[in-house]
Amino acid sequence: MMMYNPTPIAKSERIKRMVDHLFAKMPEIEAARAQLITQSYQATEGQPTVIRKAKAFEHILKHLPIIIRPEELIVGSTTLAPRGCQTYPEFSYEWLEAEFDTVATRSADPFYISEDTKKKLKEANAYWKGKTTSELATSYMAPETLRAMEHNFFTPGNYFYNGVGHVTVHYDQVLELGLKGIKEKARKEMADCSFGDANYAAKMTFLEAVLISCDAVITYAKRYAILAASMAERETNVTRKKELLEISRICDRVPENPAQSFQEACQSFWFIQQLLQVESSGHSISPGRFDQYMYPFYEKDILSGRLTREYAQELIDCIWVKLNDLNKCRDAASAEGFAGYSLFQNLIVGGQTAEGRDATNDLSFMCITASEHVFLPQPSLSIRVWNGSSRELLMRAAQLTRTGIGLPAYYNDEVIIPALVNRGISMEDARNYNIIGCVEPQVSGKTDGWHDAAFFNMCRPLEMVFSNGYDRGELASIQTGDVEGFRTFEEFYEAYRQQMEYNISLLVNADNAIDKAHATLCPLPFESCLVEDCMKRGISAQEGGAIYNFTGPQGFGIANVADSLYTVKKLVFEEKKVTMRELKRALEMNYGKGFDAITAGEVAVQVGKSLKAAGQEVTPEIIALTIKQVLNMELPQAEKKRYQEILDMIDELPKFGNDIDEVDTLAREAAYLYTRPLEKYTNPRGGSFQAGLYPVSANVPLGAQTGATPDGRLAHTPVADGVSPTSGRDVNGPTAACNSVAKLDHAIASNGTLFNMKMHPTAMSGQKGLENFISLIRGYFDQKGMHMQFNVVDRQTLLEAQKHPEKYSGLVVRVAGYSALFTTLSKSLQDDIIRRTEQAVNR
Amino acid sequence: MEDDKKISGRIFDIQRYSIHDGVGIRTIVFLKGCALRCRWCCNPESQSFDIETMVINGKKKIMGKDVTVEEVMETVKRDMPYYSRSDGGLTLSGGESLLQPDFARGLLKAAKELGINTAMESMGFAKYETIASILPYLDVYLMDIKHMNPSKHADYTQKSNELMLENARKIAASGQTELIIRVPVIPGFNDTEEEILDIARFADSLPGVKQIHLLPYHSFGRGKYEGLGREYPMGEAVPPSNEKMQQFKERVERNTALYCQIGG
Repeated sequence: MMMYNPTPIAKSERIKRMVDHLFAKMPEIEAARAQLITQSYQATEGQPTVIRKAKAFEHILKHLPIIIRPEELIVGSTTLAPRGCQTYPEFSYEWLEAEFDTVATRSADPFYISEDTKKKLKEANAYWKGKTTSELATSYMAPETLRAMEHNFFTPGNYFYNGVGHVTVHYDQVLELGLKGIKEKARKEMADCSFGDANYAAKMTFLEAVLISCDAVITYAKRYAILAASMAERETNVTRKKELLEISRICDRVPENPAQSFQEACQSFWFIQQLLQVESSGHSISPGRFDQYMYPFYEKDILSGRLTREYAQELIDCIWVKLNDLNKCRDAASAEGFAGYSLFQNLIVGGQTAEGRDATNDLSFMCITASEHVFLPQPSLSIRVWNGSSRELLMRAAQLTRTGIGLPAYYNDEVIIPALVNRGISMEDARNYNIIGCVEPQVSGKTDGWHDAAFFNMCRPLEMVFSNGYDRGELASIQTGDVEGFRTFEEFYEAYRQQMEYNISLLVNADNAIDKAHATLCPLPFESCLVEDCMKRGISAQEGGAIYNFTGPQGFGIANVADSLYTVKKLVFEEKKVTMRELKRALEMNYGKGFDAITAGEVAVQVGKSLKAAGQEVTPEIIALTIKQVLNMELPQAEKKRYQEILDMIDELPKFGNDIDEVDTLAREAAYLYTRPLEKYTNPRGGSFQAGLYPVSANVPLGAQTGATPDGRLAHTPVADGVSPTSGRDVNGPTAACNSVAKLDHAIASNGTLFNMKMHPTAMSGQKGLENFISLIRGYFDQKGMHMQFNVVDRQTLLEAQKHPEKYSGLVVRVAGYSALFTTLSKSLQDDIIRRTEQAVNR
Repeated sequence: MEDDKKISGRIFDIQRYSIHDGVGIRTIVFLKGCALRCRWCCNPESQSFDIETMVINGKKKIMGKDVTVEEVMETVKRDMPYYSRSDGGLTLSGGESLLQPDFARGLLKAAKELGINTAMESMGFAKYETIASILPYLDVYLMDIKHMNPSKHADYTQKSNELMLENARKIAASGQTELIIRVPVIPGFNDTEEEILDIARFADSLPGVKQIHLLPYHSFGRGKYEGLGREYPMGEAVPPSNEKMQQFKERVERNTALYCQIGG
């Protein structure tokens, strides 16, 4: 049994000032990286891709402007402006140029961009025309796939436009061996390479790229050593002068050499964490089990008396601030889907050791305290819960949850470990899992998991059952027959299954095309040298160098599909209260609730197309008239009344989330329609597909592309988030909601499931409130739930924050697999969060 | 045995994830019908045994439903994972559960057979033999004592308190259950130090009683009276302040050996 000290340490004044500095201005886009990578690529035409990547990385790290912010103890900033971002034209750039004039004013995640930066980016971007991963990926896709994407069945947007990220590297190896040691490994592999080896060329080239990349990182750290020394020279404050000299000494040593103290380990960790995100634009580069790999350095320094717990806490707090300094500008649509400037750097504490014993240590507690001190969305703090979890750690975690920050997220070892073993991962590795990004479990330093491969809207194939494959006036999917001709619920269900299977195969087609494009154009030698077994195999992770390879696209909308299937089963087939024709028409007419601008636009496009097909002229007047007609369309009173009756009948039906077996079983089956077909597919890296069930915040923008559904959901409103019940539909309280969600098969969704619950502060008051809160999680986990996260705010506060954002700039809420500042979210996402059931105590 | 499960009774609500009444996460089953008519009652729909219509948020709702022990247990059982993690369980409330003794006993017995912790909120308004038949299945008896003065008690609740005080002594003497005394602190009725202390001293004299809970009056029930078309008997009465409740607690703990808790 490990001994630990759970006593919280007070927050230092420094941290408050650092946070204030970080948030003083709107984040800004900078052009340096785009210019540097372009210069390098122009100079290395014709050389092997992986070498070009390494040389570009080297060029960037030699010349990227560097800065040490006021009072920092841990240094390394990707941009001069706090929370600024660089751009990554090698993946895609067109969207940014198209959004130059709106990016500063858009609702989700705005960024300031100067005219000078726009000019510089335009110059650099011009080089990349026809050379980006997104263009190559598009060329690899089947026409049917492109059509399905156009019709919004799924979006693979994340990796389509950006780097992959979604990895936890061997931080431990860098801390223990230094990059010097990594280089030695590379040299040894090179020495062992025989002249006659079939992969001699590829392997030697890759390893050469690794050496260049490691040296680039060392060079970058040494630039900081020089900067800190020169700042120390000019510094008049004696204490700060000393700090700067120490920073200089440390940056000169790490990450090149093994860390010899806790502070060196912190700095070494940070350079790796930061620079992985400079190498590629991937997000969700997750620190993972920070409390585990940092502990040996902490323990040694504490025992020797070189380090106080207070200073250790301050260093950790400093890292937490730095994790919020990194930023990324996404295209407007993705920004809606990942709202809140989040980089999803998931850091997890607690759980078990590889030997299956409780892993809690001092640092587990100090990480929680750091989130309390810094009180910002990053890192996405997580906690592993297992049958032998330290009770004190859970209580401390619950205290953090109660602050309303939406952290930590809770994960169930007892489901995740077997789920990983089921995917071919060894027991020891599985016990050592951490979480990537939002909710995705994997093994650090051994996995290229492609965890955020796509979002698949499970409601769209259901729409195709009603329309027999037609969408916006054209065939968009397979034809499963006239829905009015189905005589049994089973026939209806079978049609849905076929629509699902077909579109899932297209999703796989899209992902594999993008996968191939990354392997071809964007191998990442630095990331790869910290992922086993890339160096031994002599290929990058992007080409299949990792030990464990997966592709994990997420399905969402389970609650809507389950409730919809139940409506069809009950009202149409069993009770025969509504005919299929009526239901179909009710959906088309949005239950008589009128049409919004989205529908009007879609109809106008259809009218335009059919006119064109008939050889007639399409004038702007005709389009404007059509839009006006649709928006002002009035249905006959009798028809409207009938739709209202249907809607009322649907409202009366039991819904997913209330612990009613009949509906919950349908949800479980519906989830299988997504999770099971995916399992049989493989990716170009030699791994398999595995499903996740969560939407990040994509349930809002993708819901806006979905018509009315038979669960009574109106057109273009958000679909249900994650595996959670539909907002406002769970009326039997938290235990009933938990029971419903636990009835899904979480283990097969081994790319993660996401269960959002909003708790009212009163439900967590006092010691007793915390204890019952933990019991709720435990009870859910005992029934094989996988993940849980909480928003602890009252509705009134959120409504106030919407009205007076200026007063609530610090209000952190749980969005999806992460927390964000409420006031930075778009209005529609804010509304969605407010709608999610507040699980208060009602009596 | 099977017959116990078929016993039918009348309830008006089942509330899951109740975390402010008793230990842990609990499911409260509210039995319909009460012998008393306390002016401050926050569940007026519990008083009559008849099935009633109450208007909530502009919608009519039927209050009262006849169900079997088995049917209630279907719901109660669903939260077993949470009971076992929190030492929670089933709580019977009302109304006065003892007015439906067979049904109440049936529920408690069924819970005990499943290893579920049991509690009952009750005034003890029944013959002692009835109570005695229930005690073997009851882990915690949460007994309301509202006033020590019989006539004042009758004035405000329409029943005198002798039977209930007598039952309290007998329940305590039986040693079969953990008895906890609960006192609603009602403005104008018992919210003086002397009246509260009277009850506390009585509670302290009962063998085995270690806890007393002071439950401050609240007016959340007001809307329900309107929904039932009745006048709210408490008018504009103001709930006792936190300071006042704190003072009561201190006085009780100084003058008795009891642990005093504010709220359930």
